[in-house]
Amino acid sequence: MARTERRRRPGLWKSVFFLLVGLGSAVVALRFTRGLAAVTNLSDRFPWGLWIGFDVMCGVGLAAGGFTITTVVYIFDVKRFKPIVRPTILTAFLGYLLVVAALLLDLGRPWNLWRPLVFWNPRSVMFEVAWCVTLYTTVLFLEFSSLIFERLGWRRALVVQQALTLPLVIAGALLSTLHQSSLGSLYLIVPGKLHALWYTPLLPVLFFLSAIAVGLAMVIVESRLSSRAFGARLEMPLLSEVGRVLVAALGVYGVARVYDLVHRHALGLASGASLEALLFRLEFLGGVLLPLALLAVPAVRANIRWLYASALLVVMGFVTNRLNVAITGFEAAQGQRYVPAWSELAVTLMLVAIGFAAFGLAVRHLAVYPKEETHVAHPGLRAVA
Amino acid sequence: MATEPRALLIDLTRCIGCRACVGACQEAHGFPVDDTATELGVRAYTALVDLPQDRHVRKLCMHCVNPSCASVCPVGALRKTAAGPVTYDARICLGCRYCMVACPFDVPRYEYRAAVPSVRKCDFCVDRQAQGQVPACVEACPAEATVFGTRAELLAEAKKRVAENPGQYFDRVYGEREAGGTSVLFLSPVPFEQVGFKAALPTEPLPDITWGVLEKIPGVVSVGGAALFAVWWITHRRQEVAAAEEALHGAH
Repeated sequence: MARTERRRRPGLWKSVFFLLVGLGSAVVALRFTRGLAAVTNLSDRFPWGLWIGFDVMCGVGLAAGGFTITTVVYIFDVKRFKPIVRPTILTAFLGYLLVVAALLLDLGRPWNLWRPLVFWNPRSVMFEVAWCVTLYTTVLFLEFSSLIFERLGWRRALVVQQALTLPLVIAGALLSTLHQSSLGSLYLIVPGKLHALWYTPLLPVLFFLSAIAVGLAMVIVESRLSSRAFGARLEMPLLSEVGRVLVAALGVYGVARVYDLVHRHALGLASGASLEALLFRLEFLGGVLLPLALLAVPAVRANIRWLYASALLVVMGFVTNRLNVAITGFEAAQGQRYVPAWSELAVTLMLVAIGFAAFGLAVRHLAVYPKEETHVAHPGLRAVA
Repeated sequence: MATEPRALLIDLTRCIGCRACVGACQEAHGFPVDDTATELGVRAYTALVDLPQDRHVRKLCMHCVNPSCASVCPVGALRKTAAGPVTYDARICLGCRYCMVACPFDVPRYEYRAAVPSVRKCDFCVDRQAQGQVPACVEACPAEATVFGTRAELLAEAKKRVAENPGQYFDRVYGEREAGGTSVLFLSPVPFEQVGFKAALPTEPLPDITWGVLEKIPGVVSVGGAALFAVWWITHRRQEVAAAEEALHGAH
C-alpha cells in the first residue's frame, strides 16, 4: 500500500511537529532550571494542573482500548476483533510512555520516581497507581515486543512471547481495572474540596466505566486517522461493531452516572448557569447522551464519518470529565481559578505530537497493520457481521 | 518526656495579635524574619490573619491525628510521629504534591520556584521537642494564647475554659473531631466559620474513605483473575470440542 504518498501535505505536518517539539523542549529546559513556577500556573491552591488533569488522567484513559480489546480477543475469544489488536496495543503503549513522560515533567523530583517501588505506603492510592502503571507499561511493552521480534526475525523470542500471551492479557486486564479506577479513587480523600457534581464514593467505578467507553471510542478515532494518514485498510463492519459495543459501555456509564447523581440528590446542581453546571452539561449531554443517541442508530454506525464524529464526542466528553474532576471541581472550594499557562499547553501539545509521530514511525517500520492478515480476515468478517 | 502525643491549644480570645509567634517560628527554622505574614508560605510555617473586632487567627499545620497527607504520600515522606508532629523527609519525596491536594486544611506549600523543590509546612518544632524544648511559637507567645501539652490535657483544659466562661466562648473545640481529630486545637469567641475555619469537615478520618476502596484490591485481583481465566478456559474448551466434533463428522 502506498502509505507515505497518501499522507496529506507531509511538509506542513513535519513543520508543525518540529515547531511543537522545539517550543516544548525550550519549556522543558526552563522547567528544570528555573522550577515549575517559571512555566506553569500551578499554585499552592492548585498543585495539579493541565499536566496531571490532561496528560496523565486523560492519557491513561484514552489508552484503555489496550486492555479491553486484548481481553475481548484473547479471553472472550472474539476473533473478528483481531485486526485491531496491534494498532490498539501500539496506541496504549505509546500512550503510557507519554503519561510517564508527562509525570517526569510534573513531579518536583522526578529522579525519585523509582522510590515507590522501594519505599512502600500501601495506604496511598498514588502508591498503587505507581505500581500498576509501572507494571502495566511493562506488560504493554511485552505485548508490543512481538512486532519488534517479527521485524528482527527473532523466531524463538516470538515463540516465547506468544506463550506468554494469556498471562500478559490477564495481568493487563487486572492492572488496568485497578489503576483506571484508582485514578478516580485519588479524589476520594477530598470530600470537602471537590464539587458535588463530581465527588462521589462511586468515583473509582465511574472512572473505570468511562475508561472502557473512551478506550473503544479511541479505537474508532485511531482507525479513521490511520486510514487517512497511512492508507491502512478501514475495517468498517468491525468498527461498526465496536460502535455497537460502545453504545453498551457508554449506556452503562451513563446510567451509573445519573443514578449516582440522583441518589446523592446532586442532580439539581446540574441546572443553572454556574461554570460547574455548564461544564457538567458539556461533559454529560454533549459527551455521553448525544453520542449515545447517535450511536444507537444503525445508519450512524454504518457511516464512517458519523461513527467518527460520535466517537470524537465521546472522547471530548471524557476529556471534559477528567478536567472537571481535576480542575473545575476544585475551583469553588479553593477560591481560585486555574487556567494553564501557554507553556503548559506547549508541553502537552509537544507530547501529543510525539505520540502521533511515533505512531507513524511504528506503522512505517513494523507490521502494525499486517497486510495478509487483514486481507484474509476481511471476507470472513463480512460474513460474520 | 512522656511519649504521649503532644498538642497545641490556641485560644483566640487570648491572642493580642503581636505576631511574636510568626517571627519566632521563622527564626527557629532559619528563615529570614518577616513577621507580617498573613498567609502560609515556603518561609512562613505559621501566619497570623487579622480580622475585624481585634480578632487574630493563627494558621499552621493542624498535625491531624490521622493525617491525609501522610496517608496519600506514595513513599511515606510524610509521617505522623508518635510524639504528635507530622514530619516530612525531602530526600525521598517525589514531588507529586498529592499531599497538598489531599490536605483538608490546605496547609502544605511548595517551592515552585526551586529547581530541587520541597514541600514546606510546620513541623511542630520536632527537633526542639526532641531536645526537651517547647515549640518556638509557644515560647514566644506573651499572652499564653498558644500553649503546649498532651492532647488529652489540652482538650480537658479547653473544655474547662468553655464551661467556666459561658458566653465568652463558642461552645466547641475546633480540632477535637475535625477530620478525625487534630493535634492543634482552637478555641474561639464566635462560630468558627466566622473566623475563617472550615466548619463542615467530616468527623471521620479521611484516610478511612480511601482505605475502604484500597482494601478491596486483593479481592478484585483474585476473583477477577480467576474469572478471566475461567472465561478463557470455557471459550477455548468450546473451540476444542468443536474441532473434535468436526473431526468426528469428517471421519463418518
